[in-house]
Amino acid sequence: MIAGRYGRYGGQYVPETLMSALIELEETYARVSADPEFARRLSWYLHEYAGRETPLTYCGNLSRDLGCRVYLKREDLLHGGAHKLNNTLGQALMAKFMGKRRLIAETGAGQHGVATAIAGAALGLPVEVYMGEVDTRRQALNVFRMELLGARVVPVASGTRTLKDAINAAMRDWVANLRETHYLLGSCVGPHPFPRIVRDFQSVIGEEARRQILEREGRLPDTVVACVGGGSNAIGIFYPFVNDDVALVGVEAGGEGLESGRHGASLSAGSIGVFQGALSYLLQDGDGQALETHSVAAGLDHPSVGPEHAMLKDSGRVRYEAVTDAEALHAFRHLSRTEGIIPALESAHAVAYALRAADDLDRDGILVINLSGRGDKDVADVASLHGGAA
Amino acid sequence: MSRIRALFARKNPAFIGFTVAGDPGIEASFRAAAAMVDAGVDLLEIALPYSDPVADGPVIERAHVRALRAGTTPDDAFALVRRVREYAPLLPIVLFTYYNIIYHRGTDRFFADAAAAGADGVLVVDLPAEESGEVAPSALRHGIDRIALIAPTTSAERQHAILRGASGFVYLISLEGVTGERDRLPPNLAGLVGTVREKTDLPIAVGFGVSRPEHVAAVVEAGANGVIVGSALVRAIEEHVGDEAGMQDALRTAVRSLRGGLVPRSRT
Ligand SMILES: Cc1ncc(COP(=O)(O)O)c(C=O)c1O
Repeated sequence: MIAGRYGRYGGQYVPETLMSALIELEETYARVSADPEFARRLSWYLHEYAGRETPLTYCGNLSRDLGCRVYLKREDLLHGGAHKLNNTLGQALMAKFMGKRRLIAETGAGQHGVATAIAGAALGLPVEVYMGEVDTRRQALNVFRMELLGARVVPVASGTRTLKDAINAAMRDWVANLRETHYLLGSCVGPHPFPRIVRDFQSVIGEEARRQILEREGRLPDTVVACVGGGSNAIGIFYPFVNDDVALVGVEAGGEGLESGRHGASLSAGSIGVFQGALSYLLQDGDGQALETHSVAAGLDHPSVGPEHAMLKDSGRVRYEAVTDAEALHAFRHLSRTEGIIPALESAHAVAYALRAADDLDRDGILVINLSGRGDKDVADVASLHGGAA
Repeated sequence: MSRIRALFARKNPAFIGFTVAGDPGIEASFRAAAAMVDAGVDLLEIALPYSDPVADGPVIERAHVRALRAGTTPDDAFALVRRVREYAPLLPIVLFTYYNIIYHRGTDRFFADAAAAGADGVLVVDLPAEESGEVAPSALRHGIDRIALIAPTTSAERQHAILRGASGFVYLISLEGVTGERDRLPPNLAGLVGTVREKTDLPIAVGFGVSRPEHVAAVVEAGANGVIVGSALVRAIEEHVGDEAGMQDALRTAVRSLRGGLVPRSRT
């Protein structure tokens, strides 16, 4: 495999100005990967600051519902409320090692923005976060949180005013300021080496889950389920299981249904294309223009997906499914009531798939669902969708 | 001799204008191009509108949006090139595009269509040398120059690799950043042009940020063979959407005024 490629996918499709920054990033990553001091500091931040390891919770009520043994990997309990912090702490530390003085990020749900703001505050780096104007309204609480953490939130009014345009804006800023700025990309997307770096920093989820389930059950799970936006929480939990006999299922945003055209399911309904620096699956029209996407979960509202997922789809190693907004909202309420855990709307997609697939699951089967984040950020949004009624 | 080579042999420095196909509409876009040619543009860069133009600043990004809203497709852009080719048979035309447009159409078909429409070169903004093997054979097969992009951040090593596959001319980005007008150009332009000059016999054209006659003069002074102006011309279109005559006037005025800077400072 060529460096930076996952099968045919991946690559570095960026303006020439950015190549020097990508080369610097690649070299830095190789250096810090072999540096015990880097490992020691990252480990300190993950354990003492962020709250790892996160529990693998056995859910008795949900297990009774589904007819198999269900565990949740509790990234919702990580500091900041989502898996995103694993990656932002790693990359912010890298930025420090590179001598960068400023972090920029893009955010959809606001969760990655919050995680970058946290990492920036903890490590003493100023943070600017690009966010689609639509998302600043959907996720007003997270905007406030970022500002409280000292970050500057920049609303992006171009294009569809959502995550993809926030990424474009962050890339433009990076092109202009790459000497002092690190672009802290929030998912396993974009040009090489980002997909690799983000996957490695998120793999801590799967490494812990694998060890935890072996301790608890004495064997590996039958199935691991995670939601897929860009794909970082999913690749993080899948990667350590890739060579095991474990079924892996990625759940995309089916929005109003794949046939409606209003969704964010690039693997289930897209075609191959180059977008924001990488060759992967993409929702595009007949001329190669990226399409508008839709999901009730702002973090899944993106027309493309990480290149490693594209490879895993083609090889059949991971199965990708889509669940609708309605199913995700149902799962959001269902998990809240049965287990007292309010999931992020993104994570509710993974739960929704488990609810749907219940009939196919073996009675003695073990199912692990990655709960990528908690739903506090979504409660106001869900309340307004339902006229305030839970 | 190719139209691009013939141009630089005949006219040095050359004035290069940029426009987005279909901005603000297909018909108006042709008349805008014709006005620029009438006013003395020596080479025209025509961009294919794209949904996510990450290398572009706000002015050119809005042009992409206008063109897409007007329904402009790659087929429409090729049709525009064909009309400009008929209007100005000797004018070199370079297509400016993001890679997914090529990938999606099929690389070979894209270059065949570009050649058939009368384009002389193609510049793929987001296809660095590492990935350009994907288009090189088709460009060669259809006799299309592959315009190379060099940035101020490009290392000497990369400059060599980029120039190895380049033809037509070298597009030298003047500054670290996206397209857009700037108050002043970076002070080290001559040094930048000089380092590239040592490595190639191709003409060197400088773009990004050039938006005033005195910038044009500075680029010429720095030793470039061509000056590329984008946002300042696109803004003339934007400010006259819905007023065709005014748009053509503004474009002619802008091209003439900017061209004024082509005279080396020592002679003014
Ligand atoms: C809680 C949560 N889960 C999942 C995602 C989707 O991102 P990814 O697919 O990279 O995990 C997001 C993105 O914002 C998120 O906030």
